[in-house]
Amino acid sequence: MKNEGRILLGLGLFFLIMFGFYWPLSHEQSGSTMMFFAVLLGFLPGGYYYWWSRRMKPRPEDSDDADMAESAGFIDSFPGSSIFPFTLGMGAWMSVMAMIFGIWLAIPALSLIVWALLGATAEARRGGHR
Amino acid sequence: MSEHVDTLTHDDHASHEHHGATGILNWLTTTDHKIIGMSYTITSVIMMLIGGALAEVIRIQLTTPTGSLVTFSQYNQLFTMHGSVMIYLFAGPFAFGALANIIVPLQIGAPDMAFPRLNALSYWLYLTGSLTMLAGFFTTGGAANFGWVGYAPMTDSVNAPGVGTDLWIGALLLTGFSAIFTGVNLVATIYYLRAPGMTLFRMPIFTWNLLVTAILILLAFPVLTAGLIMLFCDRHFGTHIYTVVGGGSPVLWQNIFWFWGHPEVYILALPFFGMVTEIIPVFSRKPVFGYKGMIFATLSIAALSLGVWAHHMFTTGVVLLPFFSIMSLLIAVPTGIKIFNWIGTMWGGQIWFSTAMLMSIGFVITFLIGGLTGIYLASPPLDFFTHDTYFVVAHFHSVVMALVLGAMAGLYYWAPKMTGYLLDERLGKIQFWLLFIGTQVFTFPQYIVGLNGMPRRMALYPNNPEWQTLNVWSSIGALMIGISTLVFAINCFYSWKRTPAGDNPWDAHTLEWFTTSPPPHHNYYRLPKIRSERPTWDYNHPDKPALVHGHNHDGESS
Repeated sequence: MKNEGRILLGLGLFFLIMFGFYWPLSHEQSGSTMMFFAVLLGFLPGGYYYWWSRRMKPRPEDSDDADMAESAGFIDSFPGSSIFPFTLGMGAWMSVMAMIFGIWLAIPALSLIVWALLGATAEARRGGHR
Repeated sequence: MSEHVDTLTHDDHASHEHHGATGILNWLTTTDHKIIGMSYTITSVIMMLIGGALAEVIRIQLTTPTGSLVTFSQYNQLFTMHGSVMIYLFAGPFAFGALANIIVPLQIGAPDMAFPRLNALSYWLYLTGSLTMLAGFFTTGGAANFGWVGYAPMTDSVNAPGVGTDLWIGALLLTGFSAIFTGVNLVATIYYLRAPGMTLFRMPIFTWNLLVTAILILLAFPVLTAGLIMLFCDRHFGTHIYTVVGGGSPVLWQNIFWFWGHPEVYILALPFFGMVTEIIPVFSRKPVFGYKGMIFATLSIAALSLGVWAHHMFTTGVVLLPFFSIMSLLIAVPTGIKIFNWIGTMWGGQIWFSTAMLMSIGFVITFLIGGLTGIYLASPPLDFFTHDTYFVVAHFHSVVMALVLGAMAGLYYWAPKMTGYLLDERLGKIQFWLLFIGTQVFTFPQYIVGLNGMPRRMALYPNNPEWQTLNVWSSIGALMIGISTLVFAINCFYSWKRTPAGDNPWDAHTLEWFTTSPPPHHNYYRLPKIRSERPTWDYNHPDKPALVHGHNHDGESS
């Protein structure tokens, strides 16, 4: 997990150095803002991963000589199928259509989205279809 | 079963038959990364055919200086939608949605993507976004007509009142969210679902490049989405973010767009770099030369790509020229390392000139041409001279046609794993030569005519015999590329269920070739021990064990 954190921290550091050159030289606001948030996008998750990597048990996927048996046991539940991504996608599409062709389309769009969110939550609590 | 193999004990549902819906219901409800990846592949290749058809109409129009095939308004729609379809709907989704979706979980020994439902949602957003953008052609005002970059004054409600513009914005919102979700999914998959022993520095280069691509997506795409929402507000809710009259700034749109747009070029390119880096070692019968160098080159390309956006805006006069010029020139260094390493991998290898390998070599050559002309454009004085001429068009098309060659290499290489059947090699080689020669015939006249000053995005040009000759040659090249695409389509139908591939037809290196073709539900019944970045090779060739990076089998540095 350490290397995963280091990649993001390294990118954040690079953008910080670049920001240190760019803002004083240009005083250009939009680019500097975007670069500053790129620094945060490197440091926040990167720091979180690095912080966790010092507190967790070493994982078999980070070890040079791990066997398959070391990851034995329940790893996660992967749904075999689910209708709700399709429903949610159609809801999202219709809400974009509502922005363009008329706000009345938001009614079916939001119904689909709410149905999908409730359904997907219930399905995830059941553990999904196998 | 050999002693090298440990049976997977945790993956109990991989070992029994998966019972699910079939037919169209299966397509609508699937969360299997392989089926979603195939849907992505087919949809994006159809988008390539649509974008290519638009390009052929443009090229026919330009065969004469006073072409009258299409009106000015139609021509504007044609080049806008050609660029939009190719960039937003083909190249991006094909790069990080299609092959990445299928191959990345296989290469790291994962049963699926980390968030299978989110993955399915990404596809539905991509599909509906694509249909939304194309629907612009059927509106009364026509499709979007301001160029695929949508520069600010041309997209406001006065200059582009049609609903086609709104459909274009809506489509980019949908496909933008699709890309962000795919990025999240790829990072989580690669960080959390690797098989035991698959450390970060044993991952195949393709997976590495997709990890870096996904991080770039997370940095770049939210900026575009925010910019588009502001554009929508400008058009409909009376804000003045991009209009001068209300105190806004049109250049802000250019900054936002290219802050997404330049990383996007690398979001498109890095996955294809990865594909080629998988293919060249396999068909050279050698490990990849400079494995860690490749990874650090990828990381530095990604980092630098966030600091070069304004090299598209040199002529606006309000950007910091030296900063962006230096950063743009610096990108040539890691890209050069990659090209050096590809040549180093081929050097002294036993090269098997299969279609995938030929496409990869074509990729390296064409990308080198596109990259070198990019170095000219990174210099502000040269850019002032060539800005908005066909020189830029030719540079860009050299780069993206290289990516098409890379995409074809990836399809020929991984089609056996995706479908279980090989694509026909003879038709593949015909396709390669048409595509490769066509690309050069297509771009070289554009470089010359661009240096002579022909502006881009014009339906007519001055009646100059030299310019017409060059444009006719360019159109002949475009026609050859079109024919090569038809050969590919014919090959797909011809090869369907013809030659079974077996698990590992290329004697390849990485983990995806260890499972069956096509892989079972949740991918693996068993996995080999992972002790190097070539686990399948190590398993199949126990006499040639794990190698030190960059050395050949005799232990010599190669």
